[in-house]
Amino acid sequence: MNVQIQERSAPAAGRQGKGFVQVIDVVKKFGDAVALNHVSLTIEKNELFALLGSSGCGKSTLLRILAGFETATEGKILIDGEDLARVPPYHRPVNMMFQSYALFPHMTVERNVGFGLRQEGVPKNEIAERVNEALDLVQMRRFAQRKPHQLSGGQQQRVALARSLVKRPKLLLLDEPMSALDKKIRQQTQFELMNILNKVGVTCVMVTHDQEEAMTMADRLAVMSEGEVVQIGGPTEVYEYPNSRFSAEFIGSTNLFDGVVVEDEPDHVYVEAPGLPARLYINHGITGPLGMNVSVSVRPERVLLSRAKPQQPYNWVQGAVKDVAYMGSYALYRVELGNGRMVTANVAGLVLSQGEAPSYGDEVFVSWSESSGVVLTK
Amino acid sequence: MIKPSKPMSVSVLGLGYLFLYLPIILLVIYSFNESKLVTVWSGFSTKWYATLLDDDELITAAWLSLKIALMTAFASVVIGTWGGFVLARFGRFRMLTLFTAMINAPLVIPEVIQGISLLLLFVAMEQLLGWPQGRGVFTIWIGHVMLCVSYVAIIVQSRVKELNLSYEEAAMDLGATPFKVFFVITLPLIAQALISGWLLSFTLSLDDLVLTAFLSGPGSTTLPLVVFSRVRLGLNPEMNALATIFILLVTIGVVAANQYMRAAERKRAREMRMAFQSESTLAETDNSPVMARQAEGASKPALLTRKGVQS
Ligand SMILES: Nc1ncnc2c1ncn2[C@@H]1O[C@H](COP(=O)(O)OP(=O)(O)O)[C@@H](O)[C@H]1O
Ligand SMILES: [Mg+2]
Repeated sequence: MNVQIQERSAPAAGRQGKGFVQVIDVVKKFGDAVALNHVSLTIEKNELFALLGSSGCGKSTLLRILAGFETATEGKILIDGEDLARVPPYHRPVNMMFQSYALFPHMTVERNVGFGLRQEGVPKNEIAERVNEALDLVQMRRFAQRKPHQLSGGQQQRVALARSLVKRPKLLLLDEPMSALDKKIRQQTQFELMNILNKVGVTCVMVTHDQEEAMTMADRLAVMSEGEVVQIGGPTEVYEYPNSRFSAEFIGSTNLFDGVVVEDEPDHVYVEAPGLPARLYINHGITGPLGMNVSVSVRPERVLLSRAKPQQPYNWVQGAVKDVAYMGSYALYRVELGNGRMVTANVAGLVLSQGEAPSYGDEVFVSWSESSGVVLTK
Repeated sequence: MIKPSKPMSVSVLGLGYLFLYLPIILLVIYSFNESKLVTVWSGFSTKWYATLLDDDELITAAWLSLKIALMTAFASVVIGTWGGFVLARFGRFRMLTLFTAMINAPLVIPEVIQGISLLLLFVAMEQLLGWPQGRGVFTIWIGHVMLCVSYVAIIVQSRVKELNLSYEEAAMDLGATPFKVFFVITLPLIAQALISGWLLSFTLSLDDLVLTAFLSGPGSTTLPLVVFSRVRLGLNPEMNALATIFILLVTIGVVAANQYMRAAERKRAREMRMAFQSESTLAETDNSPVMARQAEGASKPALLTRKGVQS
């Protein structure tokens, strides 16, 4: 199913325009507190772009600047080439789906969805037509006469989506779209939402703290931390080639080995890590001087466990199995190294079923291939 | 915790309620007394209710009171809502604390002082500007509004503060100007606070005696003023009848409002329960084989990348 990710990210990577939405060097300060620190992003037309980061990192602030509820202290925002700094929220070609949905409780579904069109002075019959169209899109037509409190969370979300799409915005903003939903229906809703967004073809910025959600839904994502963008890229790219310790640890889990660069060629690097019996060999070059302090990230699924010492003279270490957590299709092993550090390894179900997998307390060799490590300089 | 014995708590409770309601019960009973002497029971009669209907002074005063109360309620809600909204929303401007304290102060300033100061103001204004000429409905109205605005402002302020900003932001996001948002979204959402404020102002104005005494003039005697002046001359069975009618109206009003609200609440709770149930059944259908397979297959990339298994 990795295919799906590639499928969705491929066109995005191919679309190298000059950017439909441009966030240029935006700074936002609340008093002395810096919520956004020189953030720059480019979002292509019809792209689903996720802002991913832990709570308090400034994602919502950026979204609210795009919507016009906050003004940037410095920097510029261009949507379709238009500078929006002086445009109030009620004149922006931008619509937002709120985290709490914010459906007006005193209006029916139909009136909620039609609200934006009524503000524009669209003729009555056209409003009715477009509202029905939007409700059909989210399959909520038969609930048109209900009030928001008569709907379930999932239904409310779909009405909120219809309401923010009915004005055909140039940019759609989703603030934590799944956070108010029951876990049970979250996953299905993610795919429904993606289908709808693909169908209408709208440029979309989504905020989330859930990396799973961002990875599933987004064409590209920006990893944010403390008001700064750490990395921008497609889900696969960010996962396979994190550019920093933060990205590597925030997206998925990983094993980090700290060390210094002892040999740096265009096609490979050797890193010496204190406490490891062998050097680390990575088959890609880096830009940095010899002796530089780096971390090497190795994803658990890239780690092999064996009872025999590996053939290769590099990328191995010895340890004892400390924990085994059976996860269904695979098992999560935690191996304690001589110096007390832990290495996490995933062992696939196939190996487990063949009865060759090490068990608790076994002495094992941990190893990985030269293409599995990623050198992180930040 | 010490648990009081049952007979004990029942009797204490009984005494408490007796203290609250015995005077009212007596009043209602004596309103049906035939005798003109309020304290001597001489037989059942409804004649004081008949007298009441013929009492032109009383009826005129009642109409006047009603008129002033309605005017006061509307004006207080308009001004108080404005004030409360501003205090709640445009928070943290300079001297906000001062303004908040100043809107609260009229609640604790004795009415006598408010009455005297307003009277002084009106008299001074009349001498300087020739307006308002004498005292009457207009001056009473001003005084009552002054009294009630604070209550409304406080009710509205606390309601607006707890209102989720995202409703208003959503409306603005959809193209409504701030002015329009206030009338189309904010006001309907705080309607309950407005109704409470309106009712409170109405009742405060309807039975206000002290302030009214300072601000009324000839030909503007409100019902409380009439009642007070009559009762000062001695207890009066006609007043008992009047009070009984009031109690009846208020009771009916309160009970009806209560019933209505409880019914509405129950209906809402039922509808929300039904909406929730529809979601659970939705989730159940998701587990049907076809859907389950779809969801499972589709969910893989996220699961894989999170747990980091390589396929
Ligand atoms: N209106 C505000 N006034 C002051 N500080 C704010 C305001 N809004 C957000 N912040 C601060 O800015 C930072 C980023 O907030 P936010 O964008 O909401 O984070 P996130 O959505 O990523 O959780 C936080 O430290 C928060 O406290
Ligand atoms: Mg947030």
